[in-house]
Amino acid sequence: MSLKQPDPKTRRLVLAAAPWLFFVALILLWELVCRAFSLPEYVLPAPSAIVDAFFKVEFSRWMTHLWATLRVALMGFLVSILVAVPIAIAMMRSELLTRTLYPLLVVIQSTPVVAVAPLIIVLMGSDDPSRVLITCLLTFFPLVVSTATGINETPPELIELSRSLDAPTRRETWQIRIPYAIPYIFTGLRVAITLAIIGAVVAEFVAAEEGLGYFIQFSTSFFRIPQAFAGLFFLAVVSLLLFKSVQWTQQIFFPWSLPKK
Amino acid sequence: MTGTATNRSFVRLSGVGHRYDPDPATPMAVTGVDLDIQRHEFVAVVGPSGCGKSTLLRMISGLLKPTEGEVSVFGRPVDGPRDDVGIVFQKPTLLPWLNVRKNVLFPLKHKYGRYSHDDEKRAGELLEMAGLESFADKMPDELSGGMQQRVGIVRALLLNPDILLMDEPFSALDAMTREQIGFDLLRIWEENPKTVLFITHSIAEAVLLADRVLVMSKRPGTLLEMLDVDLPRPRTRHTISEPRFAELTERLRKHIYEPEAA
Repeated sequence: MSLKQPDPKTRRLVLAAAPWLFFVALILLWELVCRAFSLPEYVLPAPSAIVDAFFKVEFSRWMTHLWATLRVALMGFLVSILVAVPIAIAMMRSELLTRTLYPLLVVIQSTPVVAVAPLIIVLMGSDDPSRVLITCLLTFFPLVVSTATGINETPPELIELSRSLDAPTRRETWQIRIPYAIPYIFTGLRVAITLAIIGAVVAEFVAAEEGLGYFIQFSTSFFRIPQAFAGLFFLAVVSLLLFKSVQWTQQIFFPWSLPKK
Repeated sequence: MTGTATNRSFVRLSGVGHRYDPDPATPMAVTGVDLDIQRHEFVAVVGPSGCGKSTLLRMISGLLKPTEGEVSVFGRPVDGPRDDVGIVFQKPTLLPWLNVRKNVLFPLKHKYGRYSHDDEKRAGELLEMAGLESFADKMPDELSGGMQQRVGIVRALLLNPDILLMDEPFSALDAMTREQIGFDLLRIWEENPKTVLFITHSIAEAVLLADRVLVMSKRPGTLLEMLDVDLPRPRTRHTISEPRFAELTERLRKHIYEPEAA
């Protein structure tokens, strides 16, 4: 460390600007490389070509594809929460259930969803329910694990407090264990929301007529590479916004659960 | 107020012991404890780490069933957690998602699912008594360790228990905070008399606060000695500089370090 510390204001400004500057620099470098080596568009399109391609696609078409992906991702995410949290609570209550279910959960988790997805489509048809299921398979394991961890990490003193009050187990769960698990659940939610987008895209790759994943695949197969890249960036931005929304939800509704600075 | 035969015994332990492992070959955590505590008596328990002080406290609270002997309160055997016991833990164990006021009201919310306007008033009064009224709307992590433990004590008083069980409540605090909160506890206790069982490993703290100090042996924990503390009340920081205080702590140290000689 240098002896001379920059004043804190400058420091904060530099820290805030650094990622953006780096990003802009990367894009510029990319543009330069494409121009300097005159790379053909179907190998690596320049950022300017990608922006062009983005605006050539009609806004309403983007929205149709976005909605198709978002719908599946969010439904999968919600269903996952609705399934994972009760499973985690049930596993906390019963060791037998934990023993019975856990191996199955691990098997589901370690089976590549990409490999199972076509079978699910065959089994259930290429509609939203099968896509939601594919998304769920990807998202619910991290949620179960993080929720169960939070519930089980509840300090024994808090449990003792509950027992000393002779309170019903239901309240021990809802007033102590679940709130205690909130920061853990949010860690799981942050992982799950990005996985939900991946799940929706995987499902579209297998069988779909709309959605951003479908759009990328379809553009690639017609060698519209800049358009595929445009779809990819759009998808990345959507995914980032969803991730941020989970963080904002935690900041607004559960500020106490954030790590202390 | 010290242990005289004229007062009816309030908490009685007869031949109480506990073994965590059901296997009879394993050692007892606590064994053969006979003890009578008078109503509104302040009893401190000292002893080496792992001597079963906390086990003893948990058996009195009803959280742990003795494997031998019996604990009774006011002549009724203790067979589970009871309303008339408040517990203060070593850590403040506040709920980080509730503000100070709601933490204090938590026992009611947790036990009955709700609390009344009067309860809120009572919580406010208790907080005021502990000098915490300006912190009522703060979150626990905005409070110092000493303040958090004060909230823990106030919470234990909410249900107005007859018995206050304190398991090394000040051991996580720095020396100065610890002394201050000790005097605060005495003041609160004098205003709202309770039967207190106070576990500590500080000999000076035990003598300063209690009417009677019990010394426990190493595992298996059993009562070695009882010492009546005849220092006048109310006790203040001047008590510490009295010769009698030094004499009593020295006697306790002797019991602990050279049990055979004592």
